[in-house]
Amino acid sequence: MEKEAKQKIIKGINASPGICIGKAYLVDSEGVQVVPKYRIRADDLSNEIKRFKAAVKKARDELHKIVEKSPEELQNAHILETHIALLKDKMLYGRTIETVKQESVNAEWALKKVVSNLIEVFQTMTDPYLKERSADVVQVAESIMHNLVGTKKVDIAAIDKRVILVAHDLTPAETSQINLERVMGFITDRGGKASHTGIIARSLEIPAVVGLKNATASIRSDDLIIVDGNSGRVIIHPAENTLIRYEERKIDYEKYKAVINRESKAPAESKDGVRLAVMGNIELPEEVFALINYGGDGIGLYRTEFQYFNRTDFPDENELFDKYKDVVEVMHPKPVTIRTLDINGDKALANQFNSEETNPALGLRAIRYCLKKPQVFKDQLRAILRAAAYGKVRILFPMISTVFEIREARRMLDEAAESLEKDGLPYNRDIEIGAMIEVPSAVIMADVIAENVDFFSIGTNDLIQYALAIDRGNEQVAHLFQPLDPAIIRMLKHVADVARQKGIKVFICGEMAGTPHHIPLLLGIGMDELSMNPQTIPNIKRVIRSLNVEDTRSFMKEVLKQTTAKSTFELIKETYGSILSKQLYSG
Amino acid sequence: MTNSEPDLSREIAIVNELGLHARSAAKIAAIANRSKDSIWIQKGNHQADASSILDILTLACEKGTKITIRIENKADFKILEAITELVEGGFGE
Repeated sequence: MEKEAKQKIIKGINASPGICIGKAYLVDSEGVQVVPKYRIRADDLSNEIKRFKAAVKKARDELHKIVEKSPEELQNAHILETHIALLKDKMLYGRTIETVKQESVNAEWALKKVVSNLIEVFQTMTDPYLKERSADVVQVAESIMHNLVGTKKVDIAAIDKRVILVAHDLTPAETSQINLERVMGFITDRGGKASHTGIIARSLEIPAVVGLKNATASIRSDDLIIVDGNSGRVIIHPAENTLIRYEERKIDYEKYKAVINRESKAPAESKDGVRLAVMGNIELPEEVFALINYGGDGIGLYRTEFQYFNRTDFPDENELFDKYKDVVEVMHPKPVTIRTLDINGDKALANQFNSEETNPALGLRAIRYCLKKPQVFKDQLRAILRAAAYGKVRILFPMISTVFEIREARRMLDEAAESLEKDGLPYNRDIEIGAMIEVPSAVIMADVIAENVDFFSIGTNDLIQYALAIDRGNEQVAHLFQPLDPAIIRMLKHVADVARQKGIKVFICGEMAGTPHHIPLLLGIGMDELSMNPQTIPNIKRVIRSLNVEDTRSFMKEVLKQTTAKSTFELIKETYGSILSKQLYSG
Repeated sequence: MTNSEPDLSREIAIVNELGLHARSAAKIAAIANRSKDSIWIQKGNHQADASSILDILTLACEKGTKITIRIENKADFKILEAITELVEGGFGE
């Protein structure tokens, strides 16, 4: 036994995400480096060409066999088919034969010469995709070379223990033979993100790090290694605390992946075939990617306050437009619901968290502030209308408490559109307009407000606070903040009923939408869309799939008979407890 | 008879997202390999043998690139049409 080796970290390119910990298994591609050169006599030339043709034919047959044996789910059969075609490519096949004839040299040497020239051509190309195609030429040439010099290839299919492959490079043929029960992941010296090795690793969903340059030189077979395909790191001889940390990361990642993979991208369709849009709430444009990963059907609430924080002046129209456009373009054709400024902008700029208003929740904020500061509002409205030219945008006005506010907001939106028309800037006025329903007066006046909008979006957090007169931040009363209070449920029901009568849509974007045990209720009430924190989307989609909307409607009748939050909660537990707990805890 | 005779060449644009990548080049080469005479793909001053995937790749044609496909023998007219159709149809991608 050698003495305990020191931990070493090498960095490469993260080709396929995931973490695996295990023993290294070195795959050598030996026998190709040293290529002999010798003269062929004129009357032996035709035999030499025959020998080359036979080597190509054998390589071709081998590749065909691998294509046939490849599991159907492997999406890389076309890569192998391209390799089969390359075997007979004029630039490779034809030129090698010509070289043999013209220079009277052996086939190995001719092949090597032709391949070197080809690689040079490809490596001087600027397009990274084309640059990496030299790897295809090398791999194809190697398979011919192996047949010419007769070295035996390592049979990856025959590996009989759980290992991590360590190779200089892996050909598509080799990678397609990887037996997933044996190979946990792989790392290579060569390759880039767009190399076939990376593409295949991603399609196999095993961790892979490529482009490590000297992995085969630093690792021996049976060394303990950690492959972190998320960061592109490989740790050789990990120390004990590193090992523990990575075991934890691995478990976390696998949990995450399990949730994500389990059909989070598929639509949320109830047992009786009702499809619900499950949307995400975001604050920063960067969150869009997480939202897409979690399977969000769109953005139900894009909070726009962030750009107003930590600065001394207001963001200008172009600055706002750039951010909105980014989000809208990435999400296209899925909808992006942009909520206009929902704070007191002056305070945001001044960074004043200690408000002079004695009661800021009831003060000058959101639509009230915007209507009082038409220039600030107009900049934002113009930016939103301009972004709307790049995808599907909806606009949402917050804190509507009277119909006057929504009419004013609409008027200003029209003005913004007219000014854009005059300025000759591209914009789209044909967007859906929504009112945030979060003030009790708006609930009562929902029928009137509905005449002025295309949709309602219920913000449950504020609605509960205003309806029950509870400040959730106040410890003394926080326990009285009850989403299931019958008063709240009746309000939700009323808003949804009005929306249906008026033929407009109704969405919910408060925390209630992201809470599994509220879902039967929200379905029963008839919500058209739910919007929540992106990371809760996969779980909520699962809950929806396990429910029957027709059942939740009759369940609502029972819910409406309840007189307290507690009894409502008991009823949900009694009726849906088994489904919900199974959904939540069966992993 | 000159090379620019319209019957023997077609000027077309690459419409598929990936441009002339390995797969699309392989499809062209497969057709061009059935020809009686040489088939050329021209891009600017460069030209490539349409029956060679590797040669086609060296042209580095991305989406939007204008290329000219040229045949040398009238007997290959059907091949010219087939390649034109393939490229204009975006290789069925």
